[in-house]
Amino acid sequence: MNLTLEFTLNDRSCRVDAPAHFTVLDLVRDTLALTGTKDGCGEGVCGACTVLLDGRPIRACLVLAARLGGRRLVTIEGIAGGELDPLQEAFARVGAVQCGFCTPGMILSARALLEEEPAPSAEDVREALAGNLCRCTGYVKIVEAVLVVAQGRRG
Amino acid sequence: MSYRVIGKSLPRPDAWEKVRGRPIYAGDLALSGMLHGLIVRSPYASARIARIDTRAALALPGVAAVLTHADVPRNELRMELPGRMAEATAGAVLATQPVLAVDRVRFQGEPVVAIAAETPEVASRAADLIEVDYEELPGVYDPIEALRPAAPEVHEGGNVLRRWHLRKGDIGEGFRKADVVVEHTYRTPFIDHVYLETETGIGWIDAEGVLTLRVSTQVLEHFRDVAEILQLPHSRVRLEGAYLGGGFGGKEDVTVECLLGLLVWKTRRPVRLVFSREESFIGHGKRHPYVLRYRTGATRSGELVALQAELCSDSGAYAALSPWVLFYSLVTATGPYRVPNVHVDAVTVYTNNPIASAYRTFGSIQTCIAYEGQMDALADALGMDPLEVRARNFLRKGDTIATGQALETEPMLEETMRRAWAQLGSPRAAREPVRIGRGLAASFTPYGRMCWTHDSASAWVGMELDGTAVVRCAAPDVGGGQTASLCSIVAEILGLPVDHVVAVGRDSHFTPRAGTTTATRQLFMSGNAVLAAAREVRRHLVDQAAEMLEAAAEDIELAEGRAFVRGVPVRAVGLAAVVKAASGSGRPTQALDKYDAPSAPTIDPLTGQGKPFNDYTFGTQAVEVEVDGETGVTRTTRLVACYDVGQAINRQSTEGQIEGGAAQGLGHALMEEVVLEQGISKNPHLLDYRIPSTLDVPMVETILIESGHGLGPFGAKGIGEPAMTPTPAAVMNAVSRATGRRMTELPLTAERVLNGSASEGA
Repeated sequence: MNLTLEFTLNDRSCRVDAPAHFTVLDLVRDTLALTGTKDGCGEGVCGACTVLLDGRPIRACLVLAARLGGRRLVTIEGIAGGELDPLQEAFARVGAVQCGFCTPGMILSARALLEEEPAPSAEDVREALAGNLCRCTGYVKIVEAVLVVAQGRRG
Repeated sequence: MSYRVIGKSLPRPDAWEKVRGRPIYAGDLALSGMLHGLIVRSPYASARIARIDTRAALALPGVAAVLTHADVPRNELRMELPGRMAEATAGAVLATQPVLAVDRVRFQGEPVVAIAAETPEVASRAADLIEVDYEELPGVYDPIEALRPAAPEVHEGGNVLRRWHLRKGDIGEGFRKADVVVEHTYRTPFIDHVYLETETGIGWIDAEGVLTLRVSTQVLEHFRDVAEILQLPHSRVRLEGAYLGGGFGGKEDVTVECLLGLLVWKTRRPVRLVFSREESFIGHGKRHPYVLRYRTGATRSGELVALQAELCSDSGAYAALSPWVLFYSLVTATGPYRVPNVHVDAVTVYTNNPIASAYRTFGSIQTCIAYEGQMDALADALGMDPLEVRARNFLRKGDTIATGQALETEPMLEETMRRAWAQLGSPRAAREPVRIGRGLAASFTPYGRMCWTHDSASAWVGMELDGTAVVRCAAPDVGGGQTASLCSIVAEILGLPVDHVVAVGRDSHFTPRAGTTTATRQLFMSGNAVLAAAREVRRHLVDQAAEMLEAAAEDIELAEGRAFVRGVPVRAVGLAAVVKAASGSGRPTQALDKYDAPSAPTIDPLTGQGKPFNDYTFGTQAVEVEVDGETGVTRTTRLVACYDVGQAINRQSTEGQIEGGAAQGLGHALMEEVVLEQGISKNPHLLDYRIPSTLDVPMVETILIESGHGLGPFGAKGIGEPAMTPTPAAVMNAVSRATGRRMTELPLTAERVLNGSASEGA
């Protein structure tokens, strides 16, 4: 059975049909071909599929697409309306990106943090990103990138 | 030496795309008419297959193929083991593994049936309709048990897969000279790579009937394995490497390649095959569990005189790379120390546990836990400072390692140790029940393959008419910045801005063969190949520019995309004009080059004597931990890593390797273990198999020494694997200090820390 979903996707209205069992992750990757959102575990642990729903980070693999109706969804492709978000720039500049698989989810979680707390401490950043796993970087430069943006520095 | 690009901290070109989520990973590509693959795996660790019935699955609408062993033209993945040396040891020269199980399964997760269907849902329903009758067989789940004569045989011919031996001096005489002998047994578990991207690929048949697979792999050369199992000419299979979402050695063996190739070849349609996280956990090769029995003897003044070790690794159900991994353990068994009398016996054994194979450090991390545990134990027994015991015995230039290989450059071990330790600063006071402990571990890890393999890499560098450059080199990029480093080398040599050099595409048909992204070899091997090709292109550009500027070639410099006369920057011409002029006059502006690593004869199989590797990376990590004396919970509060990297190519990438390696090492030290009961995984999910998060890793501090001693471009050494070798050992030593009890078994869970490790002679 298919559902018709109407919601805001990356600041544009979106109307799309999708099977009722689809998760937000299925919808974003398979139906909408926005493959910047990654599938790392399919069980809500790794955080690679993090997207923003009404500004809050969610695990796209755990939320049914049916719940999107009337809401605002942001993926990595739409984080800065097509421009480069300061977080994206800082991640690239300080070397917070290695394989890049966790990067989109990591940046969206960091974006949600900065919306809520524009001047986080290093501990705040670590708390906020604890649900986004990275196996390459050891998180050192990821935390640094977020602090660079929060403190208005250039990486 | 001053460089414009080399050694700087520069953003990697791929990072700008990765922050936008744009790179097309192997699982991101979709083709019209694409089928979805699914693998049915054995739920048993040891069983006979009595019957496989696929009829109901095949009849399901939307199912395109249901394949069993009978559908595989040559149902045998072949792993050539260390060849000529086999005569002196036990085990076969050739090990094999079926692509799809025939009448026997040897581990949980062994592939039995391959399905392709129109949707993932249909494939999943088809899997439910497949009937396999299993009859459970006795299995063996412990490598020591597997060595007993009465143990069930995993393969015909016995459970010993390979033995290695290392002999130096006279071990009996060595122990007679010893005033102090320490003896401990160290144990390590199965560990999973947990790259964020599971094993993934998509395949199709291209024009001219070439089977084409775009796969997340460290080894493009697996196109040969696919061709062999399908009995196709090698030239008919093409492997295209996508950017990897992490590898760490886990994508060094064949993962999806053969199953995917089989499904594409049989259905003649595009197929995508993605392993779920659970499949990844049970399906791919893990880090080997080891039991390491060590006896180390020293004189009263702390001089090492004897080291005897027995190493036993669990290969799991198939050979994979176990013999090679064990060889790395053999070579590194003494640690970076002068030991005059050495006696090491190593064996890798089949069990019905998961397959064990390559994982970053490749057998060097387990030995480091043992040799560095021994150094601290020795310091305690002698009442000496652990740093002084090490300093007294560290390898120096001209010394020989236990295989008899002399070190041609200074390893700088003492400097790495002193600097890492000094960086920790003055000890902090703790408040009960928290105890603070500090520890360190020095290490040596080979980079590059074994000398007797005659390793080589090729690369092509060419100029475009606008003065930008292209690199063609089939070196998979696992995320460590392999591609960016090749671009940096070309930019340095040709005087180009980094963003004027592109190295897109890693492809078994279209890019010169560079070999595997394993063994910390790409910067060393492909880096040197690219360097040679870039230098040749540079010669042509300089000759052309010299003509145009009416100057001698030796006076021409290249920088910022221009050629100019040294000291007279106004006498300059843009590289675009140089390339155009060269092309117009028939002068080449491109070069294909090859780098051959220095080679040496095979080592002596009975004594391990010879030159096993061309070079090694040396370094020390120092850590501080807080142990809660009531709960046993351990937190790493500081971690300092100091290495001689020879020359950093891109400083932030080098630091990134060390920071990430240390974080993986912390996982090994404190939390990670594949929990098995009779070969069945009890934690094949990220909820139960925890890896370090932001809350588990401190701000790793990196100190780089750049001696220029490496064999890579500009004197670089490899750092990818060495980055994590000493971490678990350093943490183990720190926890031992904090608790006052010698820890010998990983991971150091709260329970183990509270109860201490059981080690004879502890």
